[in-house]
Amino acid sequence: MSSQITPRGSDPQVFGREEGPLRAFCEVLGAKRVGSYWSLTFVAPAIAERARPGQFVTLAVDVGGATLRRPFSIASVSQQGPWAGTIEIVFSGVGQGTHWLAQRGKHDVLDLVGPLGRGFPLPNRQVPALLVGGGYGAAPMLYLARTLGARGHRVDVVLGARTAEQIYNTIEAKRAAASATFTTDDGSLGTQGIVTDVLDGVAEHGRSEVVYGCGPMPMLAGVARWAADRGLPSQVAVEEAMACGTGVCMTCVVPVRRKGQRRNVRACVEGPVLNGARVDWDAVRSPAMAQHELDEETG
Amino acid sequence: MAISRPSPPPARTAAAPSGAATTPAEPAADLRVDLGGVTLANPIVTASGTFGSGREINQFFDVNRLGAVVVKSITRHPRPGLPTPRMVETSGGMLNAIGLQNGGIDAWLAEDLPWLRQHGVPAIVSIAGNTVEDYQVLAQRLRGVEGILAVEANISCPNVEDRGTVFACRTEATREAIRVVTANLSVPVFAKLTPDVTDITAIAASAREAGATGVSLINTLLGMAIDAETGRPRLGGVTGGLSGPAIKPVAVRAIHQVHQALPDIPIIGMGGVSTVTDVVELIRAGATAVAVGTATFGNPMASLEVLEALPDWLAARGIDRVADLRGTVQLPG
Ligand SMILES: Cc1cc2nc3c(=O)[nH]c(=O)nc-3n(C[C@H](O)[C@H](O)[C@H](O)COP(=O)(O)OP(=O)(O)OC[C@H]3O[C@@H](n4cnc5c(N)ncnc54)[C@H](O)[C@@H]3O)c2cc1C
Ligand SMILES: Cc1cc2nc3c(=O)[nH]c(=O)nc-3n(C[C@H](O)[C@H](O)[C@H](O)COP(=O)(O)O)c2cc1C
Ligand code: FES
Repeated sequence: MSSQITPRGSDPQVFGREEGPLRAFCEVLGAKRVGSYWSLTFVAPAIAERARPGQFVTLAVDVGGATLRRPFSIASVSQQGPWAGTIEIVFSGVGQGTHWLAQRGKHDVLDLVGPLGRGFPLPNRQVPALLVGGGYGAAPMLYLARTLGARGHRVDVVLGARTAEQIYNTIEAKRAAASATFTTDDGSLGTQGIVTDVLDGVAEHGRSEVVYGCGPMPMLAGVARWAADRGLPSQVAVEEAMACGTGVCMTCVVPVRRKGQRRNVRACVEGPVLNGARVDWDAVRSPAMAQHELDEETG
Repeated sequence: MAISRPSPPPARTAAAPSGAATTPAEPAADLRVDLGGVTLANPIVTASGTFGSGREINQFFDVNRLGAVVVKSITRHPRPGLPTPRMVETSGGMLNAIGLQNGGIDAWLAEDLPWLRQHGVPAIVSIAGNTVEDYQVLAQRLRGVEGILAVEANISCPNVEDRGTVFACRTEATREAIRVVTANLSVPVFAKLTPDVTDITAIAASAREAGATGVSLINTLLGMAIDAETGRPRLGGVTGGLSGPAIKPVAVRAIHQVHQALPDIPIIGMGGVSTVTDVVELIRAGATAVAVGTATFGNPMASLEVLEALPDWLAARGIDRVADLRGTVQLPG
């Protein structure tokens, strides 16, 4: 049996093994607002070292009555600098846990588990990639854009949201990609509409051969179907309610077709990144999907 | 701003397994407990369905340090489970409606049991069914299989032959399901009961009559949540099981009642345990061993942390053997 290790030898704040997820008590290095989102950067050298785009961390939140961790995609990683390694999360305030997190500041210490899940597989050839991010899903997409860019890929980015202030970090998007296209529901930035409205034009211009997505489930369904229709492979990071994040509770399942059979796979360990063509989108019943259907019924 | 640390880091997790730095003046407390003829190294186990079969949490610590791992309930055939959403967080706990998703007994025997054996993990196998025959077939499949410490029969499941009434809600159905399990096995059998009954002692007694070694108390309580805006149930399965700190008083009550009524049978206690004082509370009520469930979701190391805190808790009170604590509730009068 592999023995228990604490990465960085004497650090009593980190628990886990030589690979896989760690539990770590991490100090906040910086907290800031970005548009309508919050960003928290943690001193987390051991997690930063093993993190890949598409993976996530879970944070314990200290709010009355809450017993479960909150999952967030890793938005950026830095392995340099005086703190040896940091990770960033970007989130919107939607409920009591995220509002509590929004009030954290420099030097607070939080209880993190990660990196969790399967990240985005990187192409082994230098093919042009199309990256689609919705809402806060833009943040991990830009992490992927930087990773692919560093490996010499052409990257085209499409970011969509309801309004301009919910488009995460337009400056960074333009810096990280050969082209950055924005869509908003209300037309306050870029094209009025949804991301799938502009994909044909962007993909043609960038000669995209692979598609990546992260964002609300209805958007991912649209992107995956669009890619499948054009014979392009897609990899999307899904979001389901997660109780444990580590693979033991079976709450986070997504229906996936494999070898002609439908299986419920755990988004937290077999995902969150899944092959978009394999997900049985019609059978996905996440709250976001249900809300989307309700909007369509009533709207 | 105050440093916020939702739960403190465990003190000794990182220490080498042997040759600990401190030289205790007195011998450490004896943590062993007797679970109906099998000895556990310590009373801390896992609650079925909250720990898989150990592999995932073994990424964080050596799960063979626990008294036993009670694995996710296994059924006769693979089950896809219920549609999502499968969980809703509630005040002090959560609701789940998983629908016993699992790969079935054959896959478990082929893939999970070898891992547990290879890693020296004492395994308690939880089985679940919807007919008496399901329980019988499962028990037969487990008969004589090496590496199984005990079997927990999760009878808090709907009985399709009785209009979906949960086995453990009726004494006769409890007897029938448990009888076919005990008749086929030589290892201790624990009947896992639901607290959603009028008299849990009557159900425990019928499990005992059918040959159960002991009982596991408690399974989740049936609950429901509705989205105020849309009016839709918040779980795909409409209703679901409530677990977590919110149900601990119900667990303490159920364990207390059964221990008073049947003082000789061992009890695996569970329900909302997340701290060492929770463990002590359940043991004082009458639990022989205590399972950590939902707390593992909030902290993958929760079971290890309570195990590591237990010797100090006992030593500070001059208690030599954890087994001596069992049933020590001090009732008035
Ligand atoms: C893999 C993954 C990655 C994520 N990445 C990000 C990210 O980068 N940025 C971001 O802003 N959000 C992200 N989310 C969503 C985020 O986890 C939720 O917004 C957050 O948990 C809400 O917590 P709350 O206490 O504020 O809300 P509440 O509504 O009070 O939460 C109640 C419960 O529901 C769960 N919950 C609520 N909304 C969601 C949701 N959308 N997805 C999953 N669980 C939910 C909570 O975890 C909690 O258990 C991600 C979710 C997943 C599964
Ligand atoms: C997500 C989840 C899945 C569960 N699955 C099972 C199961 O398969 N079999 C079983 O006997 N109990 C199952 N339970 C019940 C637990 O084993 C335990 O009895 C209950 O949750 C109370 O303990 P807790 O409050 O510490 O979680 C499950 C509980 C949860 C939260
Ligand atoms: S969140 Fe528990 S299995 Fe995925």
